[in-house]
Amino acid sequence: MLEPMIQLANVSRRFAKRLDVAARIANWFGAGLKDEIVHAVDRVDLEVRQGEVVGLVGESGCGKSTLGRIVAGILPPSEGTRAWHGKAIDTLPAAEARQAELKIQMIFQDPFASLNPRLRVTDIVAEAPVAHGIVKGSEREAYVDDLLRRVGLDPSLKRRYPHQFSGGQRARIGIARALAVKPEFMVCDEAVAALDVSIQAQVLNLFMDLRADLGLTYLFISHDLGVVEHLSDRVVIMYLGRFVEIAATEDLFQRPNHPYTQALLRGIPRLDARKQAFEPVQGEIPSPLNPPPGCHFHPRCKHAMERCRVEQPDLKPIAPGHWSACHLNG
Amino acid sequence: MTTDALRATPKVETPLRRFLTDFFASKLAIAGLVGLTLVVLIAIFAPWIAPQNPYDLRQLDIMDGRLPPGSKSFSGMTYWLGTDDQGRDMLSGIMYGLRTSLAVGFGASLLALMIGMSAGLIAAYFGGWVESLIMRIVDIQLSFPAILVALILLAVLGQGVDKIVIALVAVQWAYYARTVRGTALVERRKEYIEAARCLALGDRRIVFKHLLPNCLPPLIVVNTVLVASAIALEATLSFLGLGLPVTKPSLGLLIANGFAYLLSGKYWISFFPGVALLFTIVCINLVGDQLRDVLNPRLQK
Amino acid sequence: MRPNQPVLAVESLRTHFDTRAGVLKAVDDVSFQVAPGQVLGLVGESGSGKTVTGFSIIGLVDPPGRVAGGKVLFKGEDLVGASEERLRGLRGDRVAMIFQDPMMTLNPVLRVDTQMIEAIQAHDPKVDRKAALIRARDALGRVGIPSPDERLKAYPHQFSGGMRQRVAIAIALLNKPDLIIADEPTTALDVTIQGQILYEVQKLCRETGAALIWITHDLSVVAGLADAVCVMYAGRIVESGSVDDVLDRPMHPYTAGLIGSVPSRNRRGSKLAQIPGMTPSLLNLPQGCAFRTRCSHAQPGCAVEPPITQPVPGRTLRCFHPVGLAHAHA
Repeated sequence: MLEPMIQLANVSRRFAKRLDVAARIANWFGAGLKDEIVHAVDRVDLEVRQGEVVGLVGESGCGKSTLGRIVAGILPPSEGTRAWHGKAIDTLPAAEARQAELKIQMIFQDPFASLNPRLRVTDIVAEAPVAHGIVKGSEREAYVDDLLRRVGLDPSLKRRYPHQFSGGQRARIGIARALAVKPEFMVCDEAVAALDVSIQAQVLNLFMDLRADLGLTYLFISHDLGVVEHLSDRVVIMYLGRFVEIAATEDLFQRPNHPYTQALLRGIPRLDARKQAFEPVQGEIPSPLNPPPGCHFHPRCKHAMERCRVEQPDLKPIAPGHWSACHLNG
Repeated sequence: MTTDALRATPKVETPLRRFLTDFFASKLAIAGLVGLTLVVLIAIFAPWIAPQNPYDLRQLDIMDGRLPPGSKSFSGMTYWLGTDDQGRDMLSGIMYGLRTSLAVGFGASLLALMIGMSAGLIAAYFGGWVESLIMRIVDIQLSFPAILVALILLAVLGQGVDKIVIALVAVQWAYYARTVRGTALVERRKEYIEAARCLALGDRRIVFKHLLPNCLPPLIVVNTVLVASAIALEATLSFLGLGLPVTKPSLGLLIANGFAYLLSGKYWISFFPGVALLFTIVCINLVGDQLRDVLNPRLQK
Repeated sequence: MRPNQPVLAVESLRTHFDTRAGVLKAVDDVSFQVAPGQVLGLVGESGSGKTVTGFSIIGLVDPPGRVAGGKVLFKGEDLVGASEERLRGLRGDRVAMIFQDPMMTLNPVLRVDTQMIEAIQAHDPKVDRKAALIRARDALGRVGIPSPDERLKAYPHQFSGGMRQRVAIAIALLNKPDLIIADEPTTALDVTIQGQILYEVQKLCRETGAALIWITHDLSVVAGLADAVCVMYAGRIVESGSVDDVLDRPMHPYTAGLIGSVPSRNRRGSKLAQIPGMTPSLLNLPQGCAFRTRCSHAQPGCAVEPPITQPVPGRTLRCFHPVGLAHAHA
């Protein structure tokens, strides 16, 4: 079988807010304060094969952005390994590791915050490829022009600054910046969430064009099930740091197995559903600081049993290529 | 696929040009800037435009002491703003005093800016115990009143322009350090810094090319405020007799010199230097306020 | 008031902003009506004027903005030019507003019960504290807040984002308004929480018979919630009608493009029908039909402003060359 392009094995990421001196002194007097630890990502395995588009869906606080940053190499995992074409990246020699990191690029959510406001577009796009010797200084301008045309921007605008562009154009600049280092794998973190519907469609189409033309592989992170369904081959559903269901897109949307996935699918408004009777899932998303024991979803689940309150369900195959973490599956 | 392309307009709007347009939108700020420029020009060219060199004791005549504004000297020179108790022309005294006050204020603030900026950036970028150490020093520093710290330092170091600059820097660097660290912490979490990391750019390049330039706007604002406060603090110290030597009076010392005569109707000895000081500080603050409004991203439309 | 008289009739409303660069026509000749118990979706992308329309209705437009013309007939009374006192008396009483950010309504330093009692007594000083408290508790219960007695004593920051929005809705509904204007109240919320809010709002409108104007960029939400829809582009309503008519048989090319931009189940993986270009600046609109520079149906004649027409009963349209007209007649 083909080696997965990127593979996360048993990856966790914790964020700790350690007690400061004042709190520690307070503890001498019996304040009983503890370090606050958030398990943003909790022992997760993920494989993405070459050419695939994997959608990662979850609500706020589920750790999907953290996971995306781990995949992109921006955040180191607290535990677990990350492998590129079968080789653990942190064991590679520095030069090779950097090559691997460059092959994995990220597209960000906020079209305003993701571009340095003090650089011209041409500098934003050309900085990394010149620094890494991908293009010579003399070919720089032509290279930038090509990239801008590639993402649907007029190269004559390259001397401008980010604030002179609309949200959709900025998103395109961000894509050009990532493409400039010739990536093979793109992590898109809510890449279209901040855009207007018609602009969102343009950028989604651009992603699909780039996939077809450059053979890119995507990890597409979004809260928007419609977008993910449209783009992905496979979908991963995440809840409070854990994967609850993984399946091929058709399969997941036709036959959702996990009660949380089912709730999500019921909750989304759809164009073709008129005067929809929304039947929402009860309760709020628990704080990731203090997640419920056992299955994280059990307080909101109408099928919850005693077992769900104490034992964490494993992600088990329930059909070929379809995995779900629910005790209802036995 | 040039669907999203905007038809090119000829003018490239650089951040600088946008900043200038916004800045000059306020008449008050323009007035402040004009006033400040005037004050700075007077200070620079004082030796050429002042009627008298107030530091040259040979030019002073003790017989001309405490003359009211508009009096004439024996040599026929008019003291437009009167004289002080040593027969010094107040107008010249103020021009030279401005020179000292502005040089000390701007010099000290610039030095404090550089020290504080480095400390703040180091704290924000490295984090951990380095950050804790620097920021605790800052906290301790800021928990004492500025005037107290400066008084103690001057009592130990003695008088002189260099000493007062040291005292002002010691008082002010902590404000810059705190401001830079705060901004850098916010900027560091922004996606463009993450993007630079994702593009495997070096740490030094990220700090100096991406992080630092975006931390500058609040620094500039703090800088204008602190220049004004340095000038005021220097005047206070001189007024208390701990600042500059009596032979080279700054504005503060001029005010102090006239203080004793204030109640005896000889108002001009304190009054005019006081007006000059007030005018300078108000101008700087007008400019500073507009800078804050223009550079504060939250207030931008 | 006759039973079928509209609660609100907006006629040729114009709201202009005087800016340094010229007069910005944020709302330009907008007319619509809402009947009791009806849900009207006001749909548009950013800069379309949908929010300003909502604000103009209840006189919340601040300088440099001003209502430059038209009528806002609330139960027959023209609110344009009404005194600030009269408007303040209506707001929070007969007309309620729900914002995207619930903190627009909530005061962060006051307890929820204080704010709710204040809201009741401001419009009816005769209600005593006890009765007001009971009404407040009932209102919280109605919007699905568990243990409302305890929650009354909490401060806004002690609620999660979704709960805060519920509190804001509860306050909006305290005095049983005849008209509710909701400006993107679920945009910042997670899918499951949005589902809960939509469910509550649906229920409340059914029970109280209030008219609801739901301002949003999300066509899918309108599809699930609204009876009628107005599509706004560059300050004008380009098309209006019942949700079924407009969403199933769009006539304006912009509406058609917008619908094509939404990823939907049966077109998975295919390219989205995008609208080319971007929203023009309101200061620099094309002459005539503002959409013509992005429109595939545009003819030279579109440089003349298209009048509002009624191609079929119950629908309005501002277009010379509508799409699928044959379809509509069928």
